[in-house]
Amino acid sequence: MSAETRPMLLAQNVHKAFGKVQILKGIDLQVARGEVLCILGPSGSGKSTFLRCVNHLEPTDRGRIYVDGELVGCRPHNGRLYELPDREICRARARMGMVFQHFNLFPHMTVLENLIEGPVRVKGESPDLAVPRARRLLEQVGLAHKEDTYPRQLSGGQQQRVAIARALAMEPLLMLFDEPTSALDPELVGDVLAVMRDLAQSGMTMVVVTHEIGFARNVAHTVAFIDGGVVVEAGTPAQVLDHPQFDRTRAFLAKV
Amino acid sequence: MTTEVAVTEISDQIVPLRHVGRWVAGALVLGGVGLVLRAFAQGQIDWPVVRQFFFAPVLLKGLGNTLLITVLAILMGLALGVVFAVMRLSSNPVTQGVASVYIWLFRGTPVYLQLLLWFNLALVFPTVNLGFYQGRMVDLMTPFLAALLGLGINEGAYMTEIVRGGILSVDRGQLDAASAIGMTRLMAMRRIVLPQAMRVVVPTIGNEFIGLLKTSSMASAIAFTELLNRAQLIYFVNAKVIELLIVAAAWYLIIVTLFTLVQGRVERRFARGQSHEPPPSLRARMWRNLTMTRQTPGAGTRPGEDAR
Repeated sequence: MSAETRPMLLAQNVHKAFGKVQILKGIDLQVARGEVLCILGPSGSGKSTFLRCVNHLEPTDRGRIYVDGELVGCRPHNGRLYELPDREICRARARMGMVFQHFNLFPHMTVLENLIEGPVRVKGESPDLAVPRARRLLEQVGLAHKEDTYPRQLSGGQQQRVAIARALAMEPLLMLFDEPTSALDPELVGDVLAVMRDLAQSGMTMVVVTHEIGFARNVAHTVAFIDGGVVVEAGTPAQVLDHPQFDRTRAFLAKV
Repeated sequence: MTTEVAVTEISDQIVPLRHVGRWVAGALVLGGVGLVLRAFAQGQIDWPVVRQFFFAPVLLKGLGNTLLITVLAILMGLALGVVFAVMRLSSNPVTQGVASVYIWLFRGTPVYLQLLLWFNLALVFPTVNLGFYQGRMVDLMTPFLAALLGLGINEGAYMTEIVRGGILSVDRGQLDAASAIGMTRLMAMRRIVLPQAMRVVVPTIGNEFIGLLKTSSMASAIAFTELLNRAQLIYFVNAKVIELLIVAAAWYLIIVTLFTLVQGRVERRFARGQSHEPPPSLRARMWRNLTMTRQTPGAGTRPGEDAR
């Protein structure tokens, strides 16, 4: 496949167990370049675990995940898959941005320091390059005036927008969002979703685990419903949200 | 109907409860202290000797050594503690095991014994060859070095547990976030987790400093010339045992008191910008205790915060 038609994310038969509990039982999903995939599902269905498997925060037990055609976390050799050393996994991770439910900003650093930490420390960029980019990103998420404040002094919505900017500062190929608005007060959700919508419109490839059906309907190219560790159904928002084929999907959508 | 009329007739002002017990207890304590003071004033203590030796240069030199060894041993303990805590929490079973054995060994034996072991190392290894240094162990292992190694390495074992607690108190999401921007485990530890862990650990380190300041007196057993050792040297000559012990005790108390004041200041500084209210200063606390007539649980915390 050429670089243009190759999917940005390709997951095949992904399995993951915590101890004896099988969380993922063979997930197959793909996201084309520049498209947005929204993953819906009840809590405990494995959707967050799947997202953490994509950037190898959780090592998978079986299956393959390709990001931009490159296998994540392991390497094929003599017909088997071998786990990669920490250092190489970190390099692969740096190509994806991740936004967490609880923001996870570094509380001992200012907003600007949060943004340049990755580019400067991990990629070895000079601050001359990283700082102007960080300022541009803060402007993009509407927080240009907050660069010298500490995360604690910001509202949840502002913190999450900083977290998005921090992930973007690494210039990722792919952005992963793990329930980015679940921990926010209702009136702060809109700002974060607006930033994410702008990002999608600018052509960023995104995987969003969310409960925001409205966002999925308006922004996603593909919606996948996960339950019990498998993809129950996936398709366009119109197909999955308006004409679900399975009872489990219908039951879930009726509740949210 | 009649009761309602009665209620409106009296003032709304509520008279605070009188705490008679406090006054009685205070009087008893004052009386007790008076008796003890009188006993000591009339006992066989040569108070002029206490005054005479309080600023004796020999003792002050010992005091300086006590402070020096304490500061160096704390720094050494902290360095060892950080290294071994990270090792203990690593996923590598070998480094984990090494750290566990270190804690087991040096926390499991008395400091006093460890000091004697270091001091008598020449009995095991009469000569040393460190590449840059060759010679007899007795020349290398001075009381100072033996005290530093003994106290520092022992302190390191305790610090390991303290720092480990600090690291574990840092939200797991911080490591996730650091990993997500491509940091290796070690870099995430150094740049993200440890700076946050140290903030948690500062009050405990202050405590350790006070503990070590007093434990360092054990180094007098290996002829390290710290405060207690100097006091002993003097009373071996003039037989004024209690007088010199009083001088030494007073100096330890003075240093600990000064340090406690500094510690409070440092803690309040570290608490700045945090969500929890900084602990009140000693004076504010005393004033509040004296003036407050009624204390409800959770008083003094801001709304929305747990009373701790």
